[in-house]
This record gives sequence, C-alpha cells and structure tokens, in this order.
Amino acid sequence: MTLNFAVLALLDGIAYASLLFLVAVGLTLIFGVLGILNIAHGSLYAIGAYVAATLGQWLVANGYNPWLTFPALFAGATIVGIVLGGLLERLLLQRIYAKDEILQLLVTFAVFMILENLQRMIWGVQPYFMSTPLNLLGNVSFFGINYTAYQVLFLPAAAIVVLFALRHFLRHTSMGAQILAVTEDREAATSIGINATRVYFMTFVIGACFAALGGALATPTTSLVTGMGANMIVLSFAVAATAGLGQIEGAAISALMIGIARAFAVYLSPELEVIMPYLIMVLVLLIKPNGLFGKVTARKI
Amino acid sequence: MKFKALYLGGVLTAALSAATLTGAAWAADKPAELKIGITTYSSGSASVFGVPARHAAEILAEEINAKGGVNGVPLKLYFIDEGAGLETLMTEYRRLVEDEGVEVTFASISSGVCNKMAPLAEDLEVVNFMWDCGTQRILEDDKYDYVFRTQANATPEVLAPLAYLLKANPDFKTIAVVNQDYAWGRDSWEIFSNALKIQRPDVKVVAELFPAFGAADFSTEVSRLQALKPDVILSTSWGGDLDTFVRQAKQRGLFETSKFVLPLAESSLQRLGDDLPEGVIVGARGDHYFLHPEMRDKEKFKTFNEKFKARTGEYPIYSAAHMVQAFAALEAVYDKAIKANGGEWPTKEQVAEAMVGLEFQGLGRPLVIREDGQAVEAQLVGTTAKRDGYNFKVIDKMELYDGKDLMAPVGENSLKWIAKFKPDFLSKVPSTSFSHK
Repeated sequence: MTLNFAVLALLDGIAYASLLFLVAVGLTLIFGVLGILNIAHGSLYAIGAYVAATLGQWLVANGYNPWLTFPALFAGATIVGIVLGGLLERLLLQRIYAKDEILQLLVTFAVFMILENLQRMIWGVQPYFMSTPLNLLGNVSFFGINYTAYQVLFLPAAAIVVLFALRHFLRHTSMGAQILAVTEDREAATSIGINATRVYFMTFVIGACFAALGGALATPTTSLVTGMGANMIVLSFAVAATAGLGQIEGAAISALMIGIARAFAVYLSPELEVIMPYLIMVLVLLIKPNGLFGKVTARKI
Repeated sequence: MKFKALYLGGVLTAALSAATLTGAAWAADKPAELKIGITTYSSGSASVFGVPARHAAEILAEEINAKGGVNGVPLKLYFIDEGAGLETLMTEYRRLVEDEGVEVTFASISSGVCNKMAPLAEDLEVVNFMWDCGTQRILEDDKYDYVFRTQANATPEVLAPLAYLLKANPDFKTIAVVNQDYAWGRDSWEIFSNALKIQRPDVKVVAELFPAFGAADFSTEVSRLQALKPDVILSTSWGGDLDTFVRQAKQRGLFETSKFVLPLAESSLQRLGDDLPEGVIVGARGDHYFLHPEMRDKEKFKTFNEKFKARTGEYPIYSAAHMVQAFAALEAVYDKAIKANGGEWPTKEQVAEAMVGLEFQGLGRPLVIREDGQAVEAQLVGTTAKRDGYNFKVIDKMELYDGKDLMAPVGENSLKWIAKFKPDFLSKVPSTSFSHK
C-alpha cells in the first residue's frame, strides 16, 4: 500500500505540475527578458481558457468531429496570445519599460482588473466547461485507480514538448539568440543591430501564448469561473519565485516540486494541501533568496 | 450671555427630543418610495448564486410595483456587490442607509459578510434580513433587535441530508468529506460530523479533505478517494468547485464505488446536465426546487418560474427562492405593521417589532420568524434521477422535512443541542415523501 500510494501521489503531482509549469514558464520568460512581473498573465490564462472552451463548444454543437477540439485548444491559445498579448505590449507595456518597477506592477495589475471585468461581460458568471478532449482520451488504470489519460499522459507530454521546444528556440535559432543577447545587455545588443523593441514584442507574445495555452489545456479538466485568473497568477508566481525569476528549466523543476508535494500532502496531511506551494516557496527563499536557480547578478534566461 | 446660551440650548434639546418623541409615538410619513438595499454577489465565484438572486429581486420588484407597490408605496432597489470586498461593502452599506434613506436591507449571501453586516445593521438601526447566509452562529450567539433571517440556517440544511442518508442508506460504514476550505465548508462539516458521531458511532471517517476555496483541480482528492473506497462521500461545496469535483469524480468512476451526498447540488443540477449521475443525494438549503411537489401547481409558483426562465433561460435555483422569501417577508411585515398601526405607515421600530412571529410564504412551504429573529424553513432532500423532458437530472424520492424538527430551539447553541440527540433521532425525524411526476 505504501509504495502504491507513493506512485499515485507522484502521478497526481506530475499531472498538476504540468499545467502549473505551462503557465509559470510564460510568466518567468517575460520577467527574464522584459523585467516586468506581468500580473495580467492571469487574465491571459483565463481568457485563453474561455476562448478555447467557446471554440470547442461551438465545434461540438455544430456537429464537427469531436477530435477537432484538440487543435481548437491550441488555436484558441494562439489567437489570445497573439491578439491580446500583442495589443497589450504595443499599446501599453512599450511605454513603461523605462519606468519604475512599482508603476509597471500597478499598470499590469490594472490591466488584470479590467480584463477580469471584461470576461464577466462576455462570458457571464456561470461556470463554463468543455470536457470533450478529456472524455475522448478516456481513462487509464494504475494499481486499480482510474486516471484520465488526458491528465496523466497528455498534459505531461505537452509540458515536456513546451520545455524542449523553448530550450531549442532560445539556444539554436536566430530569434532565440537575439532574445538572449537583449537579455544580457540591451544596449550592446542594439548597437550590433538587434532590434530590441521587436525582441521585447516577440518575447511578450510568446509568454502570453504560454499563459493562454495553460488556460486552454486546463479547460477540459476544470470549470471556468470568474476569478480563476487570480488563483493562477498567485500559484505561478510561487513557482517562478521558487525557481528564481527568469529560470525556465528551474520553473519546470519547481513546478514538479510543488505539484508533487501538494499531492503527497493530500494523502498524508490534507490540512497542509492549501499552503504547500507557499510553504515550499518560503523554505526555498529563506535558504536561497534568489530562488533555486536564480543568480545574484544579471537577469538570465 | 451665558444664561442666554444655556436657555437656547435647553429649548433646542427640548424641541429635538419632542421631534424624536412624536416620531416614535406617531406614524412615520408615508415615503414616496420604499428603498431597499440588497447585498449580493455580482462578481467572484459566488455570483453563481448572486446573479440569479438579483434577477429574482428585479422580477419581484417589477411585480410589486405593477400592482402599486407595498401599501401604495413603490419599491426602489439598490444593489451592492459582495464581491467588492468587505471594506467597500460596509462603506457603501452605510452610505445607502444614512444618505439614501434605505429603510430595509437584505444582507447577505456569504456567512463571512453576514458576520460583519449584522452588527453594522444593528448599529445603524436599520431592519436587515439575512436572506441567504448559512452560519447558524449569528442569531445563536447574539441578540439583535433589527436583524432577522428569512430562511433557515446551516443546522437544518446539513441535518436534513444526514437524516435522509440515515434512512435511505443505513448500511454505510465509512465516510469521507471533501469540502471547500472556508467558513461554510468547515462549519457544515462540524455540524454533520458531530451529529453523525452520535447517530452512528460505528461509522468511520476515513478522510477529511479541505481543498482550497476555488480550487481548479481535485484529481489528487479523487485518486485518494478511489484508493480508500469510502461507502459515502459528502461534499457541501457549490458553484464551479462542486461542478469540477463532480465531473472529475464521474470521469474516473468514483460514483460507481461510493454514494455521494451533495447538500447544495440543487443549484448545480442544470449546469451539470448528464455529468451528474443518478442516485446522488442532493439538497437545496431549504425546500427549494423548481418542481416543488407541493407547490408546482400553484399559480404564484408557476408564474414566477416562467418569468424567471424567460429572463435568464434557466429555472430558478435556491438563491432565487431565498430572494423570493425575503420579498415575501417584506410585504408581509409592512402589511402587519401597518395594520397594527391603525393603517398608518410604520416606523422602523414598528417594522422590527412586527417581524417576530411573522408568517410569510415564498416558493416553498410557509415560514415563520421565531422570537430570536430566525425563520423556520422546511427542507427538501432527494435523489437524482433521469426523467424524460429534462436534459439534466431531476430530483426523485424526495423527502420534505419540517424545519422545526431540525432546528436548535430558541436560545440554544446548535452543537450543544446536537450533542443531546438520541441515537436514533435523525432516522426517525418525520418527513413527507414524494416522487417525481
């Protein structure tokens, strides 16, 4: 029983960590490059979820092949990331990069509040759901316990693909190299002909797409409710801070730590479940104030 | 000089006290409109209750005003968003009472908010109906002159599903709970588990899970429950939390191994559709159900349901019914107070006085306000079933409980009262049975 339970908790933890990582990686990427802690990341997560759900519901209601809901999740996330993320960066963030950090925080917080109300105007307050992808993949059984294949197979796979794709993009493509160069030293990069404004824009849009993707992929597993963005931004901040802001691989590891610790708490000491992510964050920051992988000097990806 | 000032002051005081005296002794002037302040959630997760209730309030105010208002005085509603935060809420509430001249308030949905609003209403001396909040503590712990509750409280709302479970499913040996980690989730479990301990000391509680309020994922809880295989799983959760938990549990087959008891699931029936299986015990925080077996053919009931459906596309849920009760109490109390006052418009003191012993009826069985300000409300519990004509589960095998049997007597603390239960008390509580037809 003891060994079984450990395996079960591990599976639950990994499924949970996968979603957490998808959202946190966007937050940490944007912070690493732009130096902005984007509170509106939570709205992008929520709106990504709502748009994906709306698309999926529309497909199902109009009799299309239900498997199309899978590409709909990705399509919804991309649309939200590019359109909303792009507009946010162009119209707002571009004007405040040189400003005080507190001001940046307040601006993104204001955007978050506005978008929160916008969601209510568009989608109302009744919980939304679109679980077609989850139902399609069915269940898998471990030690007599049913899991949804979507949560224990598809989500971790998606997270791993994102992690490696992002690594490859940053290390082995020209755009990735430009992003790294701008992160290292914006002035020097600009002087050798890199368009820093464009790099900032691209990074923000990519980060926004990840937030929306996190929301879209969470859609089949949960009910979409008002306020879901706020919960997620707090959690993904805990992940990013534990990792050290700007650390991509670190975000994956700290998401795993938090996800697995939370799952073990449910089995061993349910009272601790709610505070587990923050407990880990506090413990890590007490010992390493810059996070597990954070460096004291410059921001790095 | 000194004497003159003193004299003037004396005259002023006399005049002022005379004015207050006449106000109290005689009737108040009939106002141009009767202003009602209502706190309800229009943002945040509890807006699943707040928004339908607000629709109900607007329908009712239109109805009452169409027939000329309350005793000829039209109603004017002011809404405050409970989701805006306590500070804002209290400032706005104070402003409505002191500046706008709101005469009666309906506050609130959340027990946490009620805890703050009740003393504030008492302080401002404004008649307040606690129209939806669950906690039984407020009127049990303190005595209020201006605060009343126009619905039941957590005690009967939790004991009724337990009574139903004990009767319908007496053979269970293990139970697990999955409640939201906040006041209602904790308090409702306290009542349920205390009563269960006395009614069935042999039943083992195998897991007490309190996931975060608003949690988006219950996968781990579902895994653990599958491993434990409890005979019964209780959850007093609601809204998106309950919907997510039910869907995840259903997808992974938890409903096949455990009997579910969901005391608030009446409010999720229409949203969950086919995702809520048959055979689940559901409650409604009162006798609230759009197919209420004793009320469904009554004209008033049918008209309201039709109007509500036309306006929102849904059948009313319990929070809408609680709003109907608050309006019914409002109309009834003004009638009563005006009669007692020889046909003159009553003062707020007279209204507050008329509340005790007030009888009124919303969409369920008639209610009465006890001397502690608490209403006695019937409770409906049943089992979900699939029936033709509905694309969601309806409630079958209903039991209707009289509120008074499940409520701590006036002046008694619920938990102390429960501690005195005889071992077979709940399974023998009288009820009336109905089937879906």
